[in-house]
Amino acid sequence: MALQDTVGRLSGTEAAPPPATIPAVAKPVRRLPVNKDWPAWAIVATQIGILVAVIGLWELGAQTGTIDAFFWSQPSAIARTLVIFFTAGDAWTDIAFTFQSTIYGFMLGTTAGSLLGLSFWWSRNYAAIVQPYVICFESLPKLALAPLVILVFGLGLASKIAIATALTLVVSTLTTYAGVKALDPDGEKLFYSLGASRWQVFRKLVVPFSLPWIISVLRVNIGLALTGAIVGEFIASQHGLGRAILYAGQTYDIALVWVAVLVLSMLAVIMYVSVSWVERLLQKGVTH
Amino acid sequence: MASCPKLRIDEVSMAFKTPAGLYSALAPITLDIPEGRFVSLIGPSGCGKSTIFNIVAGLLEPTSGRVLIDGIEATGTIGRVGYMLQKDLLLPWRTVLDNTVLGMEIQGVPMHEARGRALPLLRRYGLTGFEYLYPSALSGGMRQRAALLRTLLFDTDIILLDEPFGALDAQTKLHMQEWLLRLWSDFRKTVVFVTHDVEEAVFLADEVVVMGTRPGHILEAIEVPVARPRLRTVALSPEFITIKQRCLELLNVNAAALGEAA
Repeated sequence: MALQDTVGRLSGTEAAPPPATIPAVAKPVRRLPVNKDWPAWAIVATQIGILVAVIGLWELGAQTGTIDAFFWSQPSAIARTLVIFFTAGDAWTDIAFTFQSTIYGFMLGTTAGSLLGLSFWWSRNYAAIVQPYVICFESLPKLALAPLVILVFGLGLASKIAIATALTLVVSTLTTYAGVKALDPDGEKLFYSLGASRWQVFRKLVVPFSLPWIISVLRVNIGLALTGAIVGEFIASQHGLGRAILYAGQTYDIALVWVAVLVLSMLAVIMYVSVSWVERLLQKGVTH
Repeated sequence: MASCPKLRIDEVSMAFKTPAGLYSALAPITLDIPEGRFVSLIGPSGCGKSTIFNIVAGLLEPTSGRVLIDGIEATGTIGRVGYMLQKDLLLPWRTVLDNTVLGMEIQGVPMHEARGRALPLLRRYGLTGFEYLYPSALSGGMRQRAALLRTLLFDTDIILLDEPFGALDAQTKLHMQEWLLRLWSDFRKTVVFVTHDVEEAVFLADEVVVMGTRPGHILEAIEVPVARPRLRTVALSPEFITIKQRCLELLNVNAAALGEAA
């Protein structure tokens, strides 16, 4: 009873019975939005449909003259050039050249970068001294150095590897260092309390702990390495898909430009997918 | 020296440099712990319990004083005592078994031999079926068990336990306390046990050392003359309650004194 009195006084409607229903305010009725998933075949069919439509319209436009085939080329010409590129042209030499410089640069840059990042654990002083240089190199557009690299390393494979390495190195270094910095100091304390040497802490704690970070950049790095290799070929080279694109453009062979770009993107996709697969495999191996 | 204590903390003090000047974390402390004794250390946060542990484990150089193990100077030497930190710190990329052999491995014991020594202990002390799992698959209690066995398998006479059961739920905590006592009576190690839980401190220990803060110092060392093995119901006995009350009083007086000062 006492509680009711208080409530009554508070609401200022002493003894008045509370309204039985709340006055009806028209509230919009809204249902949870549902995003219905299409079946997989429908997705794939639509994707193929879009591709066919774009190619078909392109060809049609070129035939009727709506699209200037001199600048844009046309699918039928591209298909012919593709066959010639693989049967009579340097397709395989170019692919092998670009592939090699990418892979070597990728491995060199990733390995050296990871080791550099890990090495920062050893001494805080050393890390503090080297850091500004790494950041400088990171913010520097490395491709701007490409002409210099070509001069120093020559026209061959070495200069392309060097550019690909430069692009991947910094990413690996910084990511690995981020991993090293995320290490729980108590983990080190545990190791030292067990009488560990610095080398033991490094091998048994720092390296395994940082591995997920090191692995996580592989996919980014393969793309960067390919970019480096192509830019190197743009500047000066005798082989490679980058050189093929540049050469075709300079001779107004637009169909060949498309063919080289097409082959290049196939190469990129294959490398990306394989590295992603390796990355997943490694991640599964090191995390539980 | 017949009465040489296992662990002697001799006039150990610690001061840290801060921007505001020298901060004294630990006033000179002297503590003797005989072999095979279970000593609990309780006190408010910031009373320097962890600092003492870090000094005894050799991870921190004291500003003054010495640490003696078996009467021999051991200040600033690592690997002399087993030290379990608050977190279990199990390495996620190692199986439970390989986590527990870490101490032996670091000491240079061949891996297969270390595993051979660890395996029966894991099985005897409640980790059967978990040996080859990764820590992420374990519950909090199981992780603490693994961490404690890692500390024990390091095979030092003295082990320091820093709030090992602090993060566990009440039920698991009780189980773990009994499990720890079983382990202790089997291995007869000298144990120093830090906790915030007064009842836990008294239940486990032969002696409870109550610490005060600002700077950290020992208020009183209280004997716990309760016979072992102890049953849970011992907590209801008058002598247990008297000791517990004395501990709480000491902690409260210290807190009140601080309140006035502030």
